[in-house]
Amino acid sequence: MLSLRSLLVFATVLLVSSSAIAAEPLRIGALFSVTGPASFLGEPERNTLEMLVKEANAKGGIKGHKIELVIYDTQGDATKAVQLATKLIKNDKVSVIIGPSTTGETMAIIPVVEKEKIPLISCAAGIKIIDPVKRYVFKTPANDHVAAEKIFNYMAAKKQKTVALLTVTDGFGSSGREQLKDMAKKKGIAVVADETYGPKDTDMTAQLTKIKGSKAEAIICWGTNPGPAIVTRNVKQLGIKIPLYQSHGVASKKYIELAGVDNAEGVLLPAGKLAIYEKMKSSDPQFKLLKDYDQRYKKAYNTEASTFGGYAYDSFLMISEALKTGASPEQLRDGLEGIIKLVSISGIYNMSGSDHNGLDLNAFEMVRIVKGDWVIAK
Amino acid sequence: MELSDQIAQYLVSGLSTGAIYALIGLGFAIIYNSTEIINFAQGELVMLGGMFALFFINFLHLPLPLAVLSAVASTTAAGVLFERLTIRPLKAATPLSLIIITIGGSILIRGIAMLVWGKDTHAIPAFSGTEPILIGTATILPQHLWIFALTLLAIAMNKLFFNYTITGKAMRACAVNKRAAGLVGIDVRKMVLYSFAISASLGSLAGIIVAPLTMTSYDVGIMLGLKGFCAAIIGGLSAGAGTVLGGLLLGVLESLGAGLISSGYKDAIAFIILLLILFIRPQGLFGKAETERV
Repeated sequence: MLSLRSLLVFATVLLVSSSAIAAEPLRIGALFSVTGPASFLGEPERNTLEMLVKEANAKGGIKGHKIELVIYDTQGDATKAVQLATKLIKNDKVSVIIGPSTTGETMAIIPVVEKEKIPLISCAAGIKIIDPVKRYVFKTPANDHVAAEKIFNYMAAKKQKTVALLTVTDGFGSSGREQLKDMAKKKGIAVVADETYGPKDTDMTAQLTKIKGSKAEAIICWGTNPGPAIVTRNVKQLGIKIPLYQSHGVASKKYIELAGVDNAEGVLLPAGKLAIYEKMKSSDPQFKLLKDYDQRYKKAYNTEASTFGGYAYDSFLMISEALKTGASPEQLRDGLEGIIKLVSISGIYNMSGSDHNGLDLNAFEMVRIVKGDWVIAK
Repeated sequence: MELSDQIAQYLVSGLSTGAIYALIGLGFAIIYNSTEIINFAQGELVMLGGMFALFFINFLHLPLPLAVLSAVASTTAAGVLFERLTIRPLKAATPLSLIIITIGGSILIRGIAMLVWGKDTHAIPAFSGTEPILIGTATILPQHLWIFALTLLAIAMNKLFFNYTITGKAMRACAVNKRAAGLVGIDVRKMVLYSFAISASLGSLAGIIVAPLTMTSYDVGIMLGLKGFCAAIIGGLSAGAGTVLGGLLLGVLESLGAGLISSGYKDAIAFIILLLILFIRPQGLFGKAETERV
């Protein structure tokens, strides 16, 4: 008996002492569409998160917590996302989930995380995710309507009163189209043409010819590559002279490369800060972080860091911040909601009980493309 | 912009897209006529053409004509390899199982292309500049002229080949009756191989000449392949004028539909036409009830 008791004492001492050295590891689950149609989102997100976790663990974890990362590929499929979310919660026992990459998948797993009370930080932009506010659901990308508002504010300043919309028929485009029409009404700008194109379409001259025949004073195109690049080329081909606005979805040098430097000349778009940090003042609070991220990512993966990877970066920073209040799912949730003035990649976050995104108009900067480079539009 | 000017632009845009569909459709028709299978990997051969061109122009920095020829040659080799590895080894396969194999093959080719060239979209430079050309009130790009010219050339070459060369005539003989062709000493399997080589080179040509306009990525083959298939069906799977007219008609209807009705229905228009043709005139819009093949 004595030996058993001493063993128990020994075990207890060992447990106590080890917990004094390091806090319990934090298990983070992540769902990204690494392959499939939305892989342009999921791949940089996964890369970013893996890079950050590796770096954090090399430094001994965050606030004493080693990070254990479990990433699953949803392939952009909402049904898979639901299965994998359940798996993350039930089998992998994660305390928080990052992702999924698209709005559709996020909407599908919201009931799961709400029921299991596990905080979710989505990397998708759709406003439906956080409006109305759900207790356990947060998101890092700015709402589409913020980007839309940025464009309309700029148009109002330039006294442009009518606009033609040309949006892609996928999730990003349809959500954008709704937000644009909504916001146009609020800003008193008339939508005189409302055209769409398919994500795999190779020629948009028909739609643009129709727009050319309308009374529009500007065109807003909403999509992700390669569609907007083709639109830009077609606009040039048809000799359309009115200003062309693109969405934040193409705020990367890739877009200019695809459209061609000559064709992209003069195109305006609201860009996330990451794309244009080199043009920002170095006194900007985000400058150092953006530069640092871009360089580290380039070094690790030999390719430019993208806004989308930034969403995963934001999520990771938020979790690090939320760990101040504790590591249980409930404490993490409270921590996330309490985030104020968190300087991150996509912007400066100010969360509250009624705002689970925390970004405002400052998340974007209107830029004009001049000679293949961004210039801040005045 | 007047409505008549708009319609002129729709027609010009439609014809230039249609020419591409026609070229891809011809590839479907040639293989169908010598093997009775629909090669659903045709779209992937189009993609490979664009991707090889990208490789030769942007990475090896070959001059344009050489790059185009190399890309056509590489894709043709891929087409031949595809026939050797998937179609040839099967002894007594039905056309249906062969068709299913081509679908599997297309997924495989797409996967390999994704691994080799990545998931990004790539642009390749236009053959002769991007300054728009005015035709009446409509505009087209110099690249469109290349598309028309090369499509015409490809069709003319096909016509000459099938009507005036021994090999071409032998392939037509296989199309009429395989067994009889074999009995008179034509190597049927060789003709099947040739048909794959010809369709691969036509497909790759289509892929190369559209890439400067539409850009290219590992997954462009799906939609282009389907549109080419529609063109071939409208033309009654004839490897001649029927498919070409089918392609042009499809392009023009799509463009007019997008412009005059609604751009939301652009793809629906193509597939409604496809279904209507299959229901009402399975022999094709221009075919007689019993189509003459090739």
